[in-house]
Amino acid sequence: MSGALQIFRNSDFWLRCVSAAALIALWQIAAAVAASPLLPGPAAVAAALINLVLHGRLLTDLGISLARVAASFVLAMAIGSAIGIVMGRSRRIDRLFDLWLILGLNLPALVIILLCYVWIGLGEAAAVTAVALNKVPTCAVILREGARSIDRELLQVAEVLHLSWWRRLRHVYLPQLYPYFMSATRAGLSLIWKIVLVVELVGRSNGVGFQLGVYFQFFDITNILAYTASFVAVVMAVEAFAIRPLEQSLTRWRA
Amino acid sequence: MNALEVSIARKAYRSERGELVAIEGLDFTVPEAQFACILGPSGCGKTTLLSIIAGLDRDYRGVVSRSGRNLGMVFQTPRLMPWLSARENVRLAIDPAPRAPGRAEAMLAEMQLEPFLDAFPRQLSGGQQRRVALARAFVNAPDLLLLDEPFLSLDAPTAQHLRELLLALWARRRPTILFVTHDLREALSLGDRVLFLTAGPARLALDLPLDLSRPRHPDDAAIETMRVRLLESHPDLLRGLTAGGVTESAA
Repeated sequence: MSGALQIFRNSDFWLRCVSAAALIALWQIAAAVAASPLLPGPAAVAAALINLVLHGRLLTDLGISLARVAASFVLAMAIGSAIGIVMGRSRRIDRLFDLWLILGLNLPALVIILLCYVWIGLGEAAAVTAVALNKVPTCAVILREGARSIDRELLQVAEVLHLSWWRRLRHVYLPQLYPYFMSATRAGLSLIWKIVLVVELVGRSNGVGFQLGVYFQFFDITNILAYTASFVAVVMAVEAFAIRPLEQSLTRWRA
Repeated sequence: MNALEVSIARKAYRSERGELVAIEGLDFTVPEAQFACILGPSGCGKTTLLSIIAGLDRDYRGVVSRSGRNLGMVFQTPRLMPWLSARENVRLAIDPAPRAPGRAEAMLAEMQLEPFLDAFPRQLSGGQQRRVALARAFVNAPDLLLLDEPFLSLDAPTAQHLRELLLALWARRRPTILFVTHDLREALSLGDRVLFLTAGPARLALDLPLDLSRPRHPDDAAIETMRVRLLESHPDLLRGLTAGGVTESAA
């Protein structure tokens, strides 16, 4: 909680507020100039957002999408981290699977999504797998770098102290990998948010992505922007109130 | 009884440029509770020798046997975990199952670090970091303690203060100590015995028992006399060593 309070005391926070206000003002001016339902102003979008929260299914859709994001994120981080760490610690395994990783990084997200729906079926499992598979290579590459940079001298200390594997993991490996986990978390979430929407658009009948598709069919830009604003707000809240405080607590020894 | 028996036939490093022999035909024993100093010029294989004894390097021909199971080691740099406080760094060496509460704190108090229990390594001076490293090595009451030039690059008063702390800990606990240095005065002021190594590949060149009373100081007249005598009798052996930070010379 103290991390969250610090955000408000930080002068950078207020600078960002000014920046956001400037963006909204520009948007308002552009909407006034355009005077078209294809570019509604911030006030109209805010009104639509309130209406969707009170009378629509925005919160339900948001909850469903966030659950998919969470499941895919946990799956991708677990698999990607394991692969990355093993590849970073073993040169032979790295050489053996490096090509697979490059292939995974360059496969278009849409192809993976379509193949998962075809091979697994149009269900939750396929949706979560498709999102996770898109994220695994990125996470593996970041954690591979982390595992490569593990300090050999500190491992020698662990060896001399006869640390158990658990204490070695907790006190020697993980603290050196935390910055890479945080980097993978950030890169992963930013990717997963976007892919979840595509997955829902292509093959699900609920969630923010599906609803955006429905509004698109009616060219209902106001509701599209209202849904987008709610989703972006959640993403920024996760960054400000979960990821940043977590990062600060993990790296307090550097302060 | 011997705490340590070393018989290394050969230790070599292989690279694309060929083979570099670090140690060849090195045999010696260290009795229990002895303070033995290993002296040799930089790059002669002293650190390699300690790595082999500590079990960090197993790629060699020969036999190394230790009588005790408890080993402590202090490296050239303190090698503290930067994310752990001084207290947590020392606790890391203690087996968590039968952990005696307050053992790490007592050890740090003995090293005059009581006010810095919760300080992270980056908040400590170089000398304080080395004291934490010493505390970590001593907290498990090691049978054998390996020290690899532990006071390197410290200013002279700090290094001397740490030597005195080390001697006090040794006097109270009496572990067997193998202290690697390339400083002749340091070796003469600390050891019961000095083992001189040749300049790569490392072999035993001279095994010198020291019959000097304690406490000693590197600037004592007796140590200076012994140093001068050694310079006269073994000028080749002492080439490349330092004495109090100054390179030795037979001139």
